[in-house]
Amino acid sequence: MAESKYKIIIGLEIHVHLATKTKMFCGCELVYGGEPNTRVCPVCIGMPGVLPTMNKKAVEFATLAGLALNCEIPSFTKWDRKSYYYPDLPKNYQISQYDLPLCGSGFIEIPLEEGQTKNIRMIRAHLEEDAGKNTHTFGDFSAIDLNRAGSPLLEMVTEPDMNSGKEVRALAVELQRIVRFLGISEGDMQKGHMRFEPNVNLHIPKDGKIYKTPISEVKNLNSFKALERSVTYEARRQYAEFVEFGKTMEMGNKATFGWDDDNQCTVLQREKEEAHDYRYFPDPDLVPVEMSDEWLGEIKSRLCELPLQMQMRFVQDYKLSDYDAGVLTADRQTAEYFDATVKSGVDPKRVCNILTQTGLKLANEAGCKVAELGVSSDGLAELAKMVDASEISASASVTIFEEMTKSKGAPKATAEKLNLIQKSDAGEIESLIDQVIADNPKAVAEATSGSKKAKKSAGFLMGQVMQRSKGQANPKVVSEILNKKLSL
Amino acid sequence: MHELSIIELKDKIAAGEVKSADAVKSVFERIEKHDPVIGAYISTFKEGALKAALDVDERIAAGETVGALAGVPIAVKDNMCVSTGKTTCASKILENFEAPYDGHVIEKLKEADAIIIGKLNMDEFAMGSSCENSALQQTKNPWDVSTVPGGSSGGAAAAVAARMCFGALGSDTGGSIRQPASFCGVVGLKPTYGRVSRYGLVAYGSSLDQIGPLTTTVSDAALMMNVIAGHDKRDSTSISTDVAPVKDYLDGIDQPLDGLKIAVVPELNAGASQQVKDAIEKGLDVYKGLGAEIVEVAMPNVEYAIATYYVIATAEASSNLARFDGVHYGHRTEKPKDYIEVYSKSRAEGFGTEVKRRIMLGTYALSSGYYDAYYLKALKVRNLIRQDFTNAFEKADCLMMPVSPTTAFKIGEKTDDPLEMYMADIYTIAVNLAGIPGISIPCGFDDGGLPIGLQILTEAFTEDRLLRIARMFEKQTEYNTKMPKL
Repeated sequence: MAESKYKIIIGLEIHVHLATKTKMFCGCELVYGGEPNTRVCPVCIGMPGVLPTMNKKAVEFATLAGLALNCEIPSFTKWDRKSYYYPDLPKNYQISQYDLPLCGSGFIEIPLEEGQTKNIRMIRAHLEEDAGKNTHTFGDFSAIDLNRAGSPLLEMVTEPDMNSGKEVRALAVELQRIVRFLGISEGDMQKGHMRFEPNVNLHIPKDGKIYKTPISEVKNLNSFKALERSVTYEARRQYAEFVEFGKTMEMGNKATFGWDDDNQCTVLQREKEEAHDYRYFPDPDLVPVEMSDEWLGEIKSRLCELPLQMQMRFVQDYKLSDYDAGVLTADRQTAEYFDATVKSGVDPKRVCNILTQTGLKLANEAGCKVAELGVSSDGLAELAKMVDASEISASASVTIFEEMTKSKGAPKATAEKLNLIQKSDAGEIESLIDQVIADNPKAVAEATSGSKKAKKSAGFLMGQVMQRSKGQANPKVVSEILNKKLSL
Repeated sequence: MHELSIIELKDKIAAGEVKSADAVKSVFERIEKHDPVIGAYISTFKEGALKAALDVDERIAAGETVGALAGVPIAVKDNMCVSTGKTTCASKILENFEAPYDGHVIEKLKEADAIIIGKLNMDEFAMGSSCENSALQQTKNPWDVSTVPGGSSGGAAAAVAARMCFGALGSDTGGSIRQPASFCGVVGLKPTYGRVSRYGLVAYGSSLDQIGPLTTTVSDAALMMNVIAGHDKRDSTSISTDVAPVKDYLDGIDQPLDGLKIAVVPELNAGASQQVKDAIEKGLDVYKGLGAEIVEVAMPNVEYAIATYYVIATAEASSNLARFDGVHYGHRTEKPKDYIEVYSKSRAEGFGTEVKRRIMLGTYALSSGYYDAYYLKALKVRNLIRQDFTNAFEKADCLMMPVSPTTAFKIGEKTDDPLEMYMADIYTIAVNLAGIPGISIPCGFDDGGLPIGLQILTEAFTEDRLLRIARMFEKQTEYNTKMPKL
């Protein structure tokens, strides 16, 4: 295997769009899309004479992310101008943070296979404003849409602590889950809420030495799949290049690539790293941000249990599989809904089954979270308890749940309405069994014969009883009495 | 009518003795008569001004309450965005720029029912001290049309001096209100940095720029400050009124300061021409006659002010002016080869020489490898200069010094030597670096009949005291009542 020939080293730069109500430095409502250049004001298009004012909420969101990523939160940060000329950048400088980011070093814990985890160190996270978008579909002209300009962006940078495409993907997925849990971003990949830029190279042991290949930066990836594949592709490409040319890392030979999704390969954009001089300097239009203990404390109070911690707790305390726990902690509402249901003292596995077998599917169809389907956690708990008490069958619980989302009825009433209350009355069931035995002498004979067909015939008789009870007989009770009658 | 001060005019308008519409007509008669020679206005809003004046007249006739500047024709420097007409900054690159919004001070003027009559010439993007850097026209000094009006708010000073408006708003980054006020014999006030919102002022040096009034009297400056001063949440650098309350600057303005202590800086004054020095001495004598005490102070770091300023202001300008690129705003070159040429050619064609020089200086100062040696060092020196002022104000209530080492010079006399022009800003520039308020008031004339200004400086956010000190002098003298012969 190629993997044993080298070690992949990956660091990640991530841009996350924050879901504030307004843009980073003006009052424009933050809405995705729209007719080009309609969601703008003089400030976000950098009109002569305008001044930026800081969106406090964006700072709080960024700080919340920093706290979740175990970052140091300095008490003093500031805004800097990053200068570069590009048509989608109206002022030709971007308001960003240079040497004093809002969040200092930290780490993110990511889940690996079989409940294993790994800590990836974060270098920093800072806030900045997004640029607009250039399009080149107008013949001789290019068009610029500034709707996105001025949106708050959180840029995070990790240490090169990841060693496979899978790990990179796990970090990306985990980060998505965290920002959604914190409610600071929708994390919608399709809408470009998260963009990834991995830096990849290889450490190749050869002749007692470690050779390092030139670093590739893959720009602007906006799907988990592309992220994972581009990293894997780059590793193979770099190894092949090393074998053929022996090229190793030097100052300035970092190259920039794009990802060609159609051909599933990286495409070279710039061979040599350009010597950018962004001429950073403190933005004189903005005052520094002073994070007081009170303000930080207030932000801290909004932190919630993080998804991975919750997932691990579900596995440990509720004995769920890692997979199920992962599914239930994909978003905060679902996780808290499940948790609240279980905390009222019902079998977690039972609740998990109802949610995974029908709840999540229904929520998906309705385009909402499972907690928003109209069944309260109390209602769900009651439903699960009915299964535990054999008042309904496990399969009926799924049907009842679905009906509850429509009619908003209580579980018991809904079960009754659907005639799904199980009958456990031995006398009633016995008379049904007697009828079935009387009507099916051949099957009875086979069932008691001890022959190959015995099991099948017993099953047939069981089915007949269930059918005559219109599915309402408690199958456990039916099976007990039937076995006794047939002396099995 | 043109001889009236703002306060006199607005009182007459409010009393119904004078119609605002007549004031506007009278002003436009003067503009039409004299501005072809003076060249103070880049654009005027005659029709809109008349309409607004008629509206004010109607409201007054109906007995409605009107604003503090009701019916008074006011003009503004052409670097303040007004939602009607153009805002050119006297630059080719913005020659056709129409702002879709009113700046903060424009909103304030309109709320006060002032009549905005036009936009005034300036050095391109406020870079210069003579209006010779205007890409659109040369404004002339009404006292001698062969001399410059000063700059960069030269159009504002000339228009006020020539009584082609009753008051004007200028902006001051390194002396751009005070120096032309001095050259044109009018009152010019640069408020404390943060006192007046910069929202809508096309930025030159963001940490230095401040808007202020140019008027014929100190009291008029106080009245205009009452209208424009205050917090604006759109400008993060505008001071909260909790920290520095806005005062009624007219309240008690005629009350002299008892036991006034005036600081002077002998080694600084030494650099001025003999006639300027004499006028300042005479000015100090007036204060002495009023019982003021003069103390001498040293300001050892002020000699570095010009170097410091030309690093900080140009660094900020290089970034502030980056947006004028032919893509979004301003002149776009014809037939560019690629998008790089859209930038390079549009900017090469659109900016004047001085603006290019300052963009180059600022870009250099911020470049990697030079940042620490220039920009960062300049910030440190700026703190030392600030400290010089703090020390001086511990010994005295105010500082007094010339505004400019000379009176107005001939048009074209200094254009070949930008450095000499820079050096002439020695008295005004340190004030912007320190952020404190300063005023220039007329204090005499040279042999050629050109006005000389006295500069008074006080601590940050003490414009009330500054105006009172200035008013003490004005009451004793008649320099401000003299008018140029046109």
